[in-house]
Amino acid sequence: MAHIELNNELPGIRGLMAYRPETEAPLNALAEVLLRSDDNSLSRGERELIATYVSYLNDCFFCQNVHGALAGHYLECNVRQIDDIKENFAASPISEKMKALLSIAGSVQKGGKNVTPEQVEHARANGATDTEIHDTVLIAAAFCMFNRYVDGLATWAPADRQFYVDRAPQRALDGYQSSVYK
Amino acid sequence: MPYIPLEGHLPGITGLLEYRKDSAQPIRDLTQVLLRGPSTLTEGERELLATVVSHGNGCKFCTTAHTAAVDLLMGDSETAAAVKHDIETAPVSEKMKALLTIAKLTGKDAKTVSAEVITRAKNAGASDIEIHDTVLIAALFCLYNRYVDGLATALPAEPGYYVVLAERIVSHGYQRLPQGYDHLKK
Repeated sequence: MAHIELNNELPGIRGLMAYRPETEAPLNALAEVLLRSDDNSLSRGERELIATYVSYLNDCFFCQNVHGALAGHYLECNVRQIDDIKENFAASPISEKMKALLSIAGSVQKGGKNVTPEQVEHARANGATDTEIHDTVLIAAAFCMFNRYVDGLATWAPADRQFYVDRAPQRALDGYQSSVYK
Repeated sequence: MPYIPLEGHLPGITGLLEYRKDSAQPIRDLTQVLLRGPSTLTEGERELLATVVSHGNGCKFCTTAHTAAVDLLMGDSETAAAVKHDIETAPVSEKMKALLTIAKLTGKDAKTVSAEVITRAKNAGASDIEIHDTVLIAALFCLYNRYVDGLATALPAEPGYYVVLAERIVSHGYQRLPQGYDHLKK
C-alpha cells in the first residue's frame, strides 16, 4: 500500500501521476524528450536500455520492468536477454559505445562524482558524441528521480512480468503522454 | 573541466540547462511547480528540502545555491546550517523535521522511507500532498545533483555568484530568463 491515499488503483508512477496532474505533465514531457524524441542519435531502444539499467541498479521493480519491456520491444529482445544485459552488459552483444555509455550511467547511479574522465574518454573513443554523453548522464539522473519517486512513496507494482511486456507495444506507440495514464 | 563544452560564464546547472533547452524545459517546469507553485509548505521550507538532499548527495554547487536561497527566504543563515548539521536539533517544526528526514532518506535510498517516518510526519500534521511533494522534491534533486556532478560542471569562481543566483531564484523562480544569460558574461 502506498504511503499516501492516491484515490486510484493504478500501479507505480501511473498512480502518482493521476494523483498530481500538475507534476505529471512535466514528468511525462521529460520522459518523452529524453527517451522518445526522434531528434537523437541514440535509438529509442538504446535510451530505454539506459533507463532500464539504472532502474535495475536502483532496484525499482516497476521502472525496470516497464522500461525493460520497452527496450525489449524496440531492440527485439525477450525478457531473458534484457535481464542478461542488466546483469552483465560487458558480456552482452551490444555495441562498445553502448557498453561505455552504460558504464557512465552506472556511475551516475552511484553519485555524479563517480563518473571519471577515463569513462568519458572511453565512450568518445568508441564514437559517442557530446550530446550522447550528456543525454546518458541526464537519462541516468532522471531515473534516479523516477525510481525514488516510485519507491519512496511505496507504490504497488504488478508482480507478473508479462504484464509489462504485453503493454509495451501500445506504450511505444502512444509515448509518454498524459492520455496513457487516464 | 566539464566533460562536454558548456558556456564558461555559466557554472553549475545553468550551463547544462542552456546546453540542451528542450530537456531543460520540463525540468524547469517541474521545479517551478514543486518549489514555487501553490503549496501549504513555504518556499523557504521547500528550498530547505532541496538543500538537505543536495547536501546528502555531496553536491557543492546545488547545496550552496539552495542554502543561499533558504537564507534569503528565511531571513537568517542559521536554519539551513543547522539542518545540514543535524535535523533533530535544528530550529524547525516537528513537521519539518519529519519531512526533512523523509527527504534525506529518499535521497539516500527511497526504499528506506518507512511507514514509521511517514506516520511521524502525519502525526505532526503533514498532509498527503506535503508528503508527496517532499518525496518528489527529494527525487528531483537527486536528478539535479547527478546531472551537475556527473558532467563535472564548474563551480563559480566567486562566492558572490551564489548570492546573485539566490536572488534570481527567489525573485524570478526557475523559468529561463526571457533575455537569456549573456548579461552574466564578464
